[in-house]
Amino acid sequence: MAMLTIAEALRQAIREEMQRDERVFCIGEDIGIPGGFGCAFTVTLGLSDEFGHERILDTPISENGFAGVAIGAAMAGLRPIADVQYGDFLFLMMDQLANQAAKMIYMSGGTIKVPLVMRAPVGATARGAQHAQSLEAFFTHIPGLKVLVPSTAYDAKGLLKSAVRDDNPVLIFEHKLLYGSKGSRTEKGALSPVGEVPDEDYLVPIGKGVIRREGSDVTIVGKLLTVYRALLAAETLAQEGIQAEVIDPRTLVPLDKELILESVKKTGRLVIVEEDNLTGGWAGEIAAIVAEQAFFWLDAPIKRVSAPDTPAPFAPVMEQFYVPSADRVIAAVKSLF
Amino acid sequence: MTALLGETQNIPLLDLYKTMLTIRLFEERCNYLFMQGRIPSTLHLYIGQEAVASGVCALLRTDDYITSTHRPHGHAIAKGVSINSIMAELFGKVTGCCKGKGGSMHVGDIRVGMFPAIAIVGAGIPIATGAALAVKRLGTDRVVVSFFGEGASNEGAFHEGLNMAAIWDLPVVYVCENNLYAASTPFSAVFKIKSVSERASAYGIPAEQADGNDVIAVYQAAERAISRARSGGGPTLLECFTYRQCGHSRSDPRTYRSREEEEEWARLDPIKRLAERLLAENLATDASLEVIKAEVIANIDAAVAFAEASPLPEPSDTLTHVFYKEAS
Repeated sequence: MAMLTIAEALRQAIREEMQRDERVFCIGEDIGIPGGFGCAFTVTLGLSDEFGHERILDTPISENGFAGVAIGAAMAGLRPIADVQYGDFLFLMMDQLANQAAKMIYMSGGTIKVPLVMRAPVGATARGAQHAQSLEAFFTHIPGLKVLVPSTAYDAKGLLKSAVRDDNPVLIFEHKLLYGSKGSRTEKGALSPVGEVPDEDYLVPIGKGVIRREGSDVTIVGKLLTVYRALLAAETLAQEGIQAEVIDPRTLVPLDKELILESVKKTGRLVIVEEDNLTGGWAGEIAAIVAEQAFFWLDAPIKRVSAPDTPAPFAPVMEQFYVPSADRVIAAVKSLF
Repeated sequence: MTALLGETQNIPLLDLYKTMLTIRLFEERCNYLFMQGRIPSTLHLYIGQEAVASGVCALLRTDDYITSTHRPHGHAIAKGVSINSIMAELFGKVTGCCKGKGGSMHVGDIRVGMFPAIAIVGAGIPIATGAALAVKRLGTDRVVVSFFGEGASNEGAFHEGLNMAAIWDLPVVYVCENNLYAASTPFSAVFKIKSVSERASAYGIPAEQADGNDVIAVYQAAERAISRARSGGGPTLLECFTYRQCGHSRSDPRTYRSREEEEEWARLDPIKRLAERLLAENLATDASLEVIKAEVIANIDAAVAFAEASPLPEPSDTLTHVFYKEAS
């Protein structure tokens, strides 16, 4: 059992899966260039030395193109782990993800496998509006895609390994402030959680959430960075006598609805925290599910704590305003009592 | 001076004739069924372009892959997808090649190497590149063919897909069916160059050009390109000049082109041309071609009967196959 960052845990998962299965390979920009970055956040650093450049395959700057290449390779028998340097670049490959990968299995009447993994860093990190977005909700809206959001090193390794072995297209969103990237790729203000990660093979099942902190008075659902904001808020609230239960769904599609519903039925209150913009976000969907299926257990309105409906700003003071803080979570919880 | 067909070695002339005729009569039957309201939705018919799919696919093995377009019936027939299952798909029946989930624009059958047809223009090009990456990495000698129209070569996906195939020397042939019109937009309105194949040099790959209404010319050019791909020589851009004799879709009145132009191309009809040459060189007789035609018509009659007799999907079948499950 080693203590690893999320970037290290992802790297270990990729290494183990590539050792286990010859068909697994990585494809993306700047992932294996000698002297290069090893992905924008160092996840594939050093892997091209181990596996060679055919299996750590660097592409031209052609996001739509290499997404299509990964999909075609997946349909013809390989198991690609593709990545974009910043999640925002997924918009360049929307046709391939939304029209091709997500629909091939359906259009074939269930006869084709598309074992594609697409990794994407998200989150606002002082880079301005085009390297900051939290895009998970877009992809939860497209049937045919699985969407994962690991927030710990243990989950990052276990979920990535499950994704590689899945015969469906899987998107994995990773938060820049959680990677723990080192050297010149260190992020200012990063949380970089380090966690125990077994050296041996293990899987985290797709579709199972976890309770990060038990509580009886209010349910707070977060994902990625906002899980940590929720946990921080819960500590302060506990000092004031409010016991918050913090849920990390880990997987957005398929969603562990039961875990959230059971918690709300216990606490009677729900706050959803996410870094995405408010309108049309994932928080609204969780609110709708709970309103439809657990309305009579609620003692107070459901609250969403999200980024405002603006692009991500640059100036750190504005960015801190934009990304939901623990203080905003605390205020939202208190408004329910 | 055109070489005598009898001197062209090993070209399966009568098979090519039968494939082209199957596509033509299948499409004409589809149009008839559409006009009668028995096929829902629109159709993009392949009438006039039969020589391209037939000539290229005659050189492919069942385990070779193709990607196709919104106009895929001809590619599917030539690649060996059963016409019963294609017709059933057009009827929206559960016995269709996509179980009624695809429709006209997504026909395919992975068992014979055809991915579901891709109806977003140009999107199949990088997917074909990726399939070629896989067959190379897996150490097979399969090849991949990507069919698309000249309009698709103005998509970014064309540029990105060809460039990656070029830098990785992948076993793929990009077959551009230049039928002069992207829906209603003429070639000259959207190209400064004279032919799409000029673009091959931008990626450092070879180009082939063929008269796309001459199945022998298509076959011979495709043979060079496919041999190059299969033997490790990398990708080729093969441009076939042809003409869509019908409208873009069933709602197209073809008011953007002249009847004179259409008559000119009708004289170059690929099926008529092959038949005339077969007869002139005594490689077939009127009677032997009639025998082929009767067999093709019987097959299409059987396909329509199969489609009509097949059950509709249950409405709730909508909910299955969103994700892959073993033994689905």
